[in-house]
Amino acid sequence: MHSSNDYKEKKGLKGRIAKTTGITINKCYQCGKCTAGCPLNEEMDIMPNQLLRMLQLELPGYEDKILRSMSIWLCLACDTCYSRCPQEILLSKVIDFLRQESVRQGKVNPKAKDIVKFHQAFLETIEKNGKLYELGLTLNYKLKTMNLLQDISVAPSMISKGKLNMFPHKIKNIKDIEKIFNKTSENKGGEQ
Amino acid sequence: MKVGYYPGCSLEASSKEYSDSLFAVAEKCGISLEIINDWNCCGASTAHNLNHELAVALPARSLALAEKQGLTEIVIPCAACYSRLSQSQYELNQDSIIKTKVENYLNMSISGSIKLLTVLDFLHKYIFPVVDQHIVNKLNQKTACYYGCLLARPKETSTIKRTEDPMEMEEVMQKAGATPIKWAFKTECCGAGFSVSKTDIVAKLSGKIIEDAADRGAESIIVACPMCHMNLDMRRPNIKKQIKRDINIPVLFITQALGLSMGISADRLGLNKHYVPTDKTEKCIIKKEA
Amino acid sequence: MARIGVFICHCGENISATVDVEKVAEVASKLQGVAFSTHYKYMCSSPGQDKIIQAIKEYKLTGIVVAACSPRMHETTFRKATAEGGINPYLCEMANIREHCSWVHEKSEETTQKAIDIVRTLVAKVRRNAPLFPIKVPVTKTALVIGGGIAGIQAALDIANAGHKVIIVEKQPSIGGHMSQLSETFPTLDCSQCILTPRMVEVSQHPNITLHTYAEVESVSGFIGNFDVKIKMKAKSVDHSKCTGCGECWQKCPNKKIPDEFNAGLSNRTAIYTPFPQAVPNKPVIDRANCTWFTKGGKCGLCKKTCKAEAIDYETTDEYLDIKVGAIVTATGFDLKHSDFFPEYGYGEYKDVIDGMQFERLASASGPTAGVIRRPSDGKIPEKIVFVACAGSRDKAKGIEYCSKICCMYTAKHAMLYKHKNHEGKAYVFYMDIRAAGKGYDEFVRRAIEEDDVQYIRGRVSKIYEKDGKLIVKGVDTLLNAQPVDIEADMVVLATAVIANKESESLAQKLHISYDKHHFFAEAHPKLKPVETNTAGIMLAGACQSARDIPETVAQASASASKTIALFSNNEMSREPAVALVNNVNCTGCLLCQEVCPYLAIEKEEIKDRNGNILRYAAKINSGLCQGCGTCVAMCRNKSIDLQGFSNEQMLGEVMSLLNKPF
Repeated sequence: MHSSNDYKEKKGLKGRIAKTTGITINKCYQCGKCTAGCPLNEEMDIMPNQLLRMLQLELPGYEDKILRSMSIWLCLACDTCYSRCPQEILLSKVIDFLRQESVRQGKVNPKAKDIVKFHQAFLETIEKNGKLYELGLTLNYKLKTMNLLQDISVAPSMISKGKLNMFPHKIKNIKDIEKIFNKTSENKGGEQ
Repeated sequence: MKVGYYPGCSLEASSKEYSDSLFAVAEKCGISLEIINDWNCCGASTAHNLNHELAVALPARSLALAEKQGLTEIVIPCAACYSRLSQSQYELNQDSIIKTKVENYLNMSISGSIKLLTVLDFLHKYIFPVVDQHIVNKLNQKTACYYGCLLARPKETSTIKRTEDPMEMEEVMQKAGATPIKWAFKTECCGAGFSVSKTDIVAKLSGKIIEDAADRGAESIIVACPMCHMNLDMRRPNIKKQIKRDINIPVLFITQALGLSMGISADRLGLNKHYVPTDKTEKCIIKKEA
Repeated sequence: MARIGVFICHCGENISATVDVEKVAEVASKLQGVAFSTHYKYMCSSPGQDKIIQAIKEYKLTGIVVAACSPRMHETTFRKATAEGGINPYLCEMANIREHCSWVHEKSEETTQKAIDIVRTLVAKVRRNAPLFPIKVPVTKTALVIGGGIAGIQAALDIANAGHKVIIVEKQPSIGGHMSQLSETFPTLDCSQCILTPRMVEVSQHPNITLHTYAEVESVSGFIGNFDVKIKMKAKSVDHSKCTGCGECWQKCPNKKIPDEFNAGLSNRTAIYTPFPQAVPNKPVIDRANCTWFTKGGKCGLCKKTCKAEAIDYETTDEYLDIKVGAIVTATGFDLKHSDFFPEYGYGEYKDVIDGMQFERLASASGPTAGVIRRPSDGKIPEKIVFVACAGSRDKAKGIEYCSKICCMYTAKHAMLYKHKNHEGKAYVFYMDIRAAGKGYDEFVRRAIEEDDVQYIRGRVSKIYEKDGKLIVKGVDTLLNAQPVDIEADMVVLATAVIANKESESLAQKLHISYDKHHFFAEAHPKLKPVETNTAGIMLAGACQSARDIPETVAQASASASKTIALFSNNEMSREPAVALVNNVNCTGCLLCQEVCPYLAIEKEEIKDRNGNILRYAAKINSGLCQGCGTCVAMCRNKSIDLQGFSNEQMLGEVMSLLNKPF
């Protein structure tokens, strides 16, 4: 007996999301409660419920639009949507997948490049030190984005208040961290 | 009494006062906090943004180390770290495939049975039973208890009972002699990780929170997350510009507020590390009646 | 000598496409005891049935096997044909080669062989069939209607008008149910009480109807046509035969702070009270849980002193009444979820966030605000009202996946009533879909939108919070590019989910009827038996089965009444004879069977000698109650019980035949 759940085997985003995250996009009946409660709903270019609608329809061009959107980078994973969704769809997990896919396909929205660079700078300090080295992160981020003047006013006070460590604290078994980074980047973060 | 402790990167740097005040309160109550040896960063919001397996593996290492150390319970004061560690543990317990993979990367096994406590769980379980005798002051102020996103959600890992209107912080503040107010932005997002990359969004979201608290008469805001603290406190100049209002309500960590009521000095609690001055709150302390 | 006729049905192509029916018929013709074998395209058709009738006469058959679909489909059909042919209908059995064979396998030799095996086993059974005769059970021609709302009232009137006695048991002090709380009804905007109260009066005056209010069903035993019901008549503390309904008692009652259930908690009532002015009976009862006399050991007593008819008696106790009825109609209705169910809408703490029933009371001329829509918090008239549809329904996360059916219509009604009373006010409805499928329903909703300027916005509301005396409603318009829509409302009405009455589970258990996970009562078949339950003799009427509106409720109530009347149309009814029978010569009277019988159908029988001395005891089956489950047969230690129509011999014959062993 065949179930029409065979769409999980298909190559489109909807099927791959179902396979990787276990989330059934078709459950969404477009009530809009997610959009109504999203703190970023005034900034997003594609609203949360619209994102799901575009994933459901699988029409030509929609995948591309989604992966090139700002919305997937603006989502803060606050899970307000999930806590109120009548169909219990974990939207933040779907968006995590879309982010990773967007990077994989090289379709990151130009306006979101700063955000991605921040994340990459963050991960670089973790990989090197096992812990966040805030000063290093800031310098790295500034170099990546050429946003040299940002927060320049705040830095001195952070230092004087002892909120910024001048030197990184490296963990003892940093090799563990290197291994984790290597292994997980091999698998491209878990895509099957 | 000993409880395991996972500080998270912020508590050792930009929110050191949170750690200091937590230790001060615990010490006075006879609880010692045992740090997880060689713990590493939980990956914060960055890891899950870019790499799912990394986001599970990084916190898993600290969990495995804690188990190895023989700890059965750990308190994770940073709400974001708590979220990452608890979600990693949840996923490892639900999905045996990813568990096998991660144990392989770490070269350590994880039982997934270690109990994870938020700072509120810790205060209610360990501090409440013994704190009454130590409360010498009343924090005679109206306070707005701000939970942020990650203590109340998602439901699988949150320990909060009323998701939309929590009361766990209010109970602590009542012990401290403050008057918690009823307000509408207890669990609305402050802007989280956009503090650096999209500060204008933080100004907008945190601005709404500050405004609602101020409009309802709050004289201070109490938080339990370093990210929220930074957004509401350090970014206040941006907020003021955004909302065009000069609101100067200070933001205190819950352990600082409780510490003040226990007679611990403002210095020891690190109140001088804040951007928005806390002196008005300090002046509101009165001796508790016998 | 058995002479069995075997009839293999093609069932169109349902069987013949997978099973070689000709071969089956051929093999069957050679089986021991078979005198005639054939196959035909549609056995259930008239010509098909004729074949059976003719064959019986022509070949002098003593038994019939029809190899076709499930007996649940056509056993009755073929047994009737058998009877017409002149032999006992219980000598006919069906061999299921469709649901058990052709429908679950692919075409192959093995499938055909399986069909042959099935036919062979049924032939082995029929060789051992004995004639059976339906059991006659007397019928008590009185009906019990549980619940005095519109469903109960309609069912009671229909049954009573057909000339039978009806007893209504209603747990509230008055009949009328939720319909009496409504202000106007859709789609006509008829005043609800105006159309209901004449029926209520009719019920109270009908010579065939006995009304017990402030009463509940305590226990039920028995079976269809013969139920024994115990009713608990709660102590009213007021003698209704003396009371004149003057009302002085409740005017004088000092205890005025009890939340009024009839007004959905929006106002208070006294401890001695009638629920509403048109109550039937219009005589008060004392709510003992909240009456000073009862809670504070004899203090107060003002009502008794005031009563000129000396009708008040604090000493009365609950009484129990035993009645015998032939049929039971459950009409216990529904409840509404309250606003405290919604964390994102304020946990019930915002006074101006109300539910649909509370709005009805505000709009009602006999309500707490005399029909003026006012905010419960400060009594001001709201200028902006937001109506939230699907509050709780269609929400898997909240545990209520179903649609509550009536809310789209009553929300449109509420919005219209508000606009009719406040021309300048603004009404917004946040909806997901509009379910307005009844007669005149869609036109009604269009009227709200087109003529009364109600603003419909498609999207759900994420959160409601209070600020400066206003309610901030955060919704979205999914039709307008998912635009977030925030409204500062003066009042919010949640169309909360319809749920089962909170006592439905315990009542269902008392009645031994099935119910679903939401505690709505289960019908016998969702399509073809919507008003009966799986328990013979118990019918369903109204919202106790699932959410529905008044026209459907009334229609269903009449339907359940017609089933009841059909039951009462004979003095006796027939039951299927597949019941257990005790050989009381063998029976040792251990009564182990009685312990395991799920239907309480086994009694202890005294075996006496000619002088009336008891020699010993034996088990006796009440053939009216027995459902033929066979548990007692399995338990009996010395094989003294057998199941007629499924005897040990018949069953063993089937099994041995299946194994191809002689028996």
